[in-house]
Amino acid sequence: MSLSAKHLLGIRDLKRSDIELIFKTADQFKDVLQRPIKKVPSLRDTTIVNVFFENSTRTRISFELAEKRLGADVVNFSASGSSVSKGETLIDTVNNILSMKVDLVVMRHSATGAPHFLSKHINVPIVNAGDGINEHPTQALLDAYSIRERLGSVEGKKVAICGDIMHSRVALSNIYCLKKLGAEVTVAGPPTLIPKYIAEALGVNVTYNIREALNWCDVANVLRIQLERQNMPLFSSLREYSLAYGVNRQLLDSLQKEIVIMHPGPINRGVELSSDVADSGQSIILDQVENGVATRMAVLYLLARKED
Amino acid sequence: MKSILTDRQLAITIDRLSHQLIENHPQFTNTVLIGLQPRGIYLSDRIYHQLQTLLPGVQVPYGKLDITFYRDDYKSGKGFHTPNETDIDFSIENKHVVLVDDVLYTGRTIRSAMDAMLDFGRPATVELLVLIDRRFSRELPIQPTYTGRTIDAIITEKVKVLWKERDGKDEVVLIA
Repeated sequence: MSLSAKHLLGIRDLKRSDIELIFKTADQFKDVLQRPIKKVPSLRDTTIVNVFFENSTRTRISFELAEKRLGADVVNFSASGSSVSKGETLIDTVNNILSMKVDLVVMRHSATGAPHFLSKHINVPIVNAGDGINEHPTQALLDAYSIRERLGSVEGKKVAICGDIMHSRVALSNIYCLKKLGAEVTVAGPPTLIPKYIAEALGVNVTYNIREALNWCDVANVLRIQLERQNMPLFSSLREYSLAYGVNRQLLDSLQKEIVIMHPGPINRGVELSSDVADSGQSIILDQVENGVATRMAVLYLLARKED
Repeated sequence: MKSILTDRQLAITIDRLSHQLIENHPQFTNTVLIGLQPRGIYLSDRIYHQLQTLLPGVQVPYGKLDITFYRDDYKSGKGFHTPNETDIDFSIENKHVVLVDDVLYTGRTIRSAMDAMLDFGRPATVELLVLIDRRFSRELPIQPTYTGRTIDAIITEKVKVLWKERDGKDEVVLIA
């Protein structure tokens, strides 16, 4: 069995069986990562370029580690300091890199659909590491993988995605992924940060009351307020947001059960999530980061294989 | 379809292989057994249990090794292999390792296995135990230390090892 897609542009294009294959493969890579020698030679004949047109800490390091632990050769490209500032187009930039014999592209871009556009013009697999406000598929995979690890399965679980749904590619990829795996999803946040027709379009529940969402769910995935993507004020102040929608210890202690807290990072500490919650045993934030390497290894491993 | 080993012959062969192992490793003091996933473990399970019967009170270290990520044909696209669990909870540093697989054919699986094994330490010696040795078809200079049955088969023929646990009966057959 192999993946049904040639690229990983979004979770939208994957089948449930694809996601399950990725998880099953990631299980074995997770085991490899516990060994003294955390490396396998599977992709020793593969060169991978990480093309980042947008800032990143976790995703970029995670991809680079995943690639190196698969034995691949890795080159990194970031838009700042490159010829992009001289006006080189996306296709030209990538084609120039590919002419140096690169086998796979990992790309993050601030423009929605950039990897989909690129996939029509180049002939190697592309992994979307985040495109604008569309999708961030590997984040959703590692999030669902972390839920599966903590709670045994994703099927039938209730997941609340809290905060800035409008600008979040993590939210969209997570909704696709969780729904495909049979979880129930509620999005919660201020009305200005939740797209109007999301319930009908994606089959999720919507609430503007964070307490209601937390009381309902098994897992809360608390998203970062993306100030860099907001070009108009959608709530009055960070302090007010924190008071009305922030997840803190007091709020969690008032719930009927203990829920699992997730965050894709980077955390605005004290805004969407208080420090004591982020650092508590309820939080699996660092497990998410750890699982990121194994799930990305699985994605790269499965995509790097040549078509028959 | 031709039968190479019946269930009774298979049991006798496994018994003999176990005795040969004990001949070379009397108390298994510094020897470990490693079965290769996915098909070698049916044989290694049998041998492990046979050793326990033959050597009461002796704890034989026994692990399972998956070589999927070490294959040299991954990118050529000759069939996709789903990775299996590797379960080796001991160090093989300076140990005598006995690798166990069902059929030795081109030798490439064993080459990958030695690669994978070295990630768990540097063994003192490595031996290879196989149930069926398809001689004259090797692509690499690899030979078994212990052999259940040596057969001459042409390239279009296929050796299939059936196990009661998985296939409902014990038998080794040659499919033309």
